[in-house]
Amino acid sequence: MTVSRPWRIALRVIGLGYLAALLLVPVAVIFYRTFEHGIGAVWDSITTPAAISAFTLTLEVTAIAVPLNTIFGIVMAMQLARGRFRGKTLLNALIDLPFAISPVVIGLALVLVYGLNGWFGRSLADAGIQVIFSTPGIVLATIFVSLPFVVREVTPVLKEVGDEQEQAAATLGANAWQSFWRITLPSIRWGVAYGVVLSVARSIGEFGAVSVVSGKISGETETLTLLVEKRFSNFDLAGAYAASALLAVIALVTLLAMTMIKPRREEEEH
Amino acid sequence: MIAVEGVSKQFGDYTALDNVSIEVPDGSLTALLGPSGSGKSTLLRIIGGLESADSGRVVINGQDATNVQPQKREIGFVFQHYAAFKHMTVRDNVAFGLTIRKQPKQQVADRVDELLSVVGLAGYAKRYPSQLSGGQRQRMALARALAVEPRVLLLDEPFGALDAKVRAELREWLRRLHDEVHVTTLLVTHDQEEAMSISDHIAVMDNARIEQFGDPRELYDAPSNAFVMGFLGPVSRLGDRLVRPHDIALAAEVEEGALEAMVSRVIHLGFEVRVELMLTSGEAVTAQVTRTEADELELNQGDIVWLRSAGATVLPAPAEPPASAAPADPPAADAALPPRAA
Repeated sequence: MTVSRPWRIALRVIGLGYLAALLLVPVAVIFYRTFEHGIGAVWDSITTPAAISAFTLTLEVTAIAVPLNTIFGIVMAMQLARGRFRGKTLLNALIDLPFAISPVVIGLALVLVYGLNGWFGRSLADAGIQVIFSTPGIVLATIFVSLPFVVREVTPVLKEVGDEQEQAAATLGANAWQSFWRITLPSIRWGVAYGVVLSVARSIGEFGAVSVVSGKISGETETLTLLVEKRFSNFDLAGAYAASALLAVIALVTLLAMTMIKPRREEEEH
Repeated sequence: MIAVEGVSKQFGDYTALDNVSIEVPDGSLTALLGPSGSGKSTLLRIIGGLESADSGRVVINGQDATNVQPQKREIGFVFQHYAAFKHMTVRDNVAFGLTIRKQPKQQVADRVDELLSVVGLAGYAKRYPSQLSGGQRQRMALARALAVEPRVLLLDEPFGALDAKVRAELREWLRRLHDEVHVTTLLVTHDQEEAMSISDHIAVMDNARIEQFGDPRELYDAPSNAFVMGFLGPVSRLGDRLVRPHDIALAAEVEEGALEAMVSRVIHLGFEVRVELMLTSGEAVTAQVTRTEADELELNQGDIVWLRSAGATVLPAPAEPPASAAPADPPAADAALPPRAA
């Protein structure tokens, strides 16, 4: 498409302006407000026992949810890309469910199934396992909302790579396990890495579903996003900004990781 | 030796192989030749264990391999699109089968060096497949397949993705390699020239069956049916028989048993001259003569000549499909022709 010079500049201004107004300015304001009263106040605010507990819980939940979703994602992607079975289309649509359903609804659904009055809640409670208003519930909610990323990133890569390399490996004596570790996984590694980065970002940032199932017990079941919300509603604006800034920093680090992966991915594709 | 006994394979409603049997002699280079969709690749993949047969048996070196996993068949398989391990260097690609077998490192390194020099890639060990040309990738794939000292080598259209010049070079190179290594080799191709130029034996396939098995000359000179004859070389229809264009003798004078025809075009192709003729029945015939013969006859468009089949390769022509037959040979025209040769 050829566009005249003034138009091109106008389009660029509109595009950048949109990005600035909706993304850059809010994030910049958060950082500005956070450090308005000096770094000491920020440090105090993010090192309170509640903040440290929220930060550790968030990392814990992410550290459980992301590996599980990565393994599940790779297995599922292999089924979707290679498998021939009935109901594949249905399964394919189901994978996107977490994207389609509002996180709040997901949270409520988990309460209905695992809550004390839910389907499994009573028997789990009898066995001494508390899911809702406890860490397992938060992990479940996080797994649910971040489930599609690895599958969606890996499936197209698997389809593109094809299975000829695996067939070649088989004729050279490799069993299924060797073929997976030496051939399949290395050839989809950038897709997996990209999916993992997205899952991490989503897991850390999840609010809606976690908010419903956590019970928001300070120092126990409060994640970083919940802490931000609580401080904000309690008019502790400085505290809310500090916790937000911490979240934003984590997000920026994951974003950085993503951009570092991207060029390597493109390099491989020629 | 590879023996396939009564193998059939269906893909849904589609019959890929229909009760196929073949024996590939020890140490030979044998080609499976046929048009696309004839079942040749499916047969190769069944021998390699990459597909399973619905019925029948595959025997490799006397052992029933029908239900043996591909990794236990001790075969080397080369794919049309190389199937190079893209994330590995050339060295690691070739070493793959040996590394999997956990052979000592030094032994693997020595064997890989040896193979890389055999396939002419000695200086390329540290490169990645993306840094190689198509021909080099395929030679790497061959080295990789040979590294594990397979009992049989299976090549699926190995040169099909390469341009004509590289293909011809690699073909010659493969033949020389085979003469050195002597591993029983089965090669799938749709290119009759490729099959004729490098193989000891050819199995011609069509419609899920093997039409004929023999050495290249045998197939060319004594094809068992019109399909084999047509697939291995040019064919002209002379009256009710099929002959090779170079087996048609032209004469300026009336000869016993010869057919009258008019020259419609003379095409000079260097040493060869292709003569397009029209029989009195209205059928078109192509003959191929040498330049000397053409000069002696002083062939010109519109000349009347007499045609006779002079070669040994003659088959009765099959009934032509109605669509093309209808306008060309009315029964009355036959009566006007001179009697045909015995």
